[in-house]
Amino acid sequence: MGKKMSSYIEDFPILKQKVNDEQLVYLDNAATAQKPRAVVEAIMNYYYHDNANVHRGVHTLAERATKAFEDVRTKVAHFINAPSKDEIIYTKGTTESLNWVAASYGQTHVEAGDEIVISYMEHHSNLVPWQQLAQRTGAKLKYIDLQSDGQLDMDSVRHQITDKTVIVALAHASNVLGVVNPLAEIAKIAHQHGAVLVADGAQSTPHMKIDVQKLGVDFFAFSGHKLMAPTGIGILWGKSELLDDMPPLEFGGEMIDWVQLQETTFKKAPWKFEGGTQNIAGVVGLGAAIDYLEQIGMDNIQKHEHAVIQKVMPELQQIEGLTIYGPQEANKRTGVISFNLDNLHPHDVATALDMEGVAVRAGHHCAQPLMEYLNVPATARASFYLYNTLEDGQRLVEAIKATKEFFKNGTV
Amino acid sequence: MALSKLENLYRQMILEHATHPHHHGSLEKADQDIELRNPTCGDVLTLQVEMKDGKVSDIAFSGSGCTISQASASMMTDEVVGKTPEEIDKMVVAFSEMVTGNESDDVDELLGDAAILAGVAQFPARIKCATLAWKAIYRAVKTDDKKSTLGFLRHDE
Repeated sequence: MGKKMSSYIEDFPILKQKVNDEQLVYLDNAATAQKPRAVVEAIMNYYYHDNANVHRGVHTLAERATKAFEDVRTKVAHFINAPSKDEIIYTKGTTESLNWVAASYGQTHVEAGDEIVISYMEHHSNLVPWQQLAQRTGAKLKYIDLQSDGQLDMDSVRHQITDKTVIVALAHASNVLGVVNPLAEIAKIAHQHGAVLVADGAQSTPHMKIDVQKLGVDFFAFSGHKLMAPTGIGILWGKSELLDDMPPLEFGGEMIDWVQLQETTFKKAPWKFEGGTQNIAGVVGLGAAIDYLEQIGMDNIQKHEHAVIQKVMPELQQIEGLTIYGPQEANKRTGVISFNLDNLHPHDVATALDMEGVAVRAGHHCAQPLMEYLNVPATARASFYLYNTLEDGQRLVEAIKATKEFFKNGTV
Repeated sequence: MALSKLENLYRQMILEHATHPHHHGSLEKADQDIELRNPTCGDVLTLQVEMKDGKVSDIAFSGSGCTISQASASMMTDEVVGKTPEEIDKMVVAFSEMVTGNESDDVDELLGDAAILAGVAQFPARIKCATLAWKAIYRAVKTDDKKSTLGFLRHDE
């Protein structure tokens, strides 16, 4: 795979620091990824050389900023194999993308008595917008069951999606269970019943090659910041025939075609959705992040993460009292590992790991219904990315063992 | 190094309170029944208080949470029995100040065993865990003359 994976650490200045006197091991990538130099420099260069507002100036800087802004749209389209760049809408992130589908497509297509189908593993951002839509319209919100190993129960998929279903919304990859859902198969089922499939790609897009056409989904949402771009920039992709039919949600500058005293016409998609001055520097950063990832290769990134997981999973499984949620076989998993240790609360575990320099997340991971489904108040979660090494996995294992020891004896 | 610093947070007495919490359970009749959540972590705490002659006569808590939140709740319940709302106000203020690093000289006197939670100040991410039970008792014995005087209450509400 060309350059040795561990050497990518060099591109991330933030990772070269000590935390609590220990070398930092950053394992909170499912929350947000660190940014390589190339991304930070692209943003800096934009502000130092090209900054201007887009689509509304004839001067040279405005021209440059507009070109950069629109070139990234094309880049994103290639990145997820969208048929057209005009299907790429800039948003603040996955949450906004999903909210827009619910508020625009959902509000104009869902009626009382219709069904919206999601699953128990959804992040709140792919749950609450649908719950709100259901409440507003009188539609019914239904949940797909999970198997005991955390994978989607396909029998339940077939059972819950019916001719009354208008929207199916599912995570592509879970932010808790480390599973990837078979969207292509589910899209076929949804389409047979005349429903659209909305995919939450927040946890998959940073880690694997995305092809929205192969997946067969109708909408696909993801965030920039989880794939090394800055916060505050994300993408909503939708099939053009669906986007054309959707009303804009934010009115103002940039998104209009012609404004008269009593009436306004709007631009075509995607611009009709992008009211007001956009996060242009964020878009530039997103472009640089995609360049960075593609230079390494999404398949290589996935292979590397699998290699780390293959090594670390069995070692974690050997720790007595450690429960891992989701499939126990490493080859069925992404780089997200949620766990609990003995009867310890995950917050206590996360504080102890932090003292060892290992950064993990603890809590409900914005998935309270899933926590209830798993019958746990919260979990700790370690999540890996391309800059994490086998040694990082080892550090996690050692830190968990030390934590177990500490709380057993009340001392070390 | 590493975990040795943890001993500043997880003192033996704190671990004991967390494992064997005092006043854990529920009251048959309570004058106040309060449920508080810590939305960032999903912790939940139910606090019941019985008042007699202007003082807390009995108290019970239940819910789920980490070592710090459970120990803090256990210690809080020990310390407030027999106290008036005015006394409890002072204790809550002293506790809030202590865990945010402004320890006053009389914390031992005011807070008794709960003063051992001063170590939380070195772990900013865990302050909310420690204060949950104290927020609950502050609400439970709410007096008229206090108007969101506490930083941590203002911050979260």
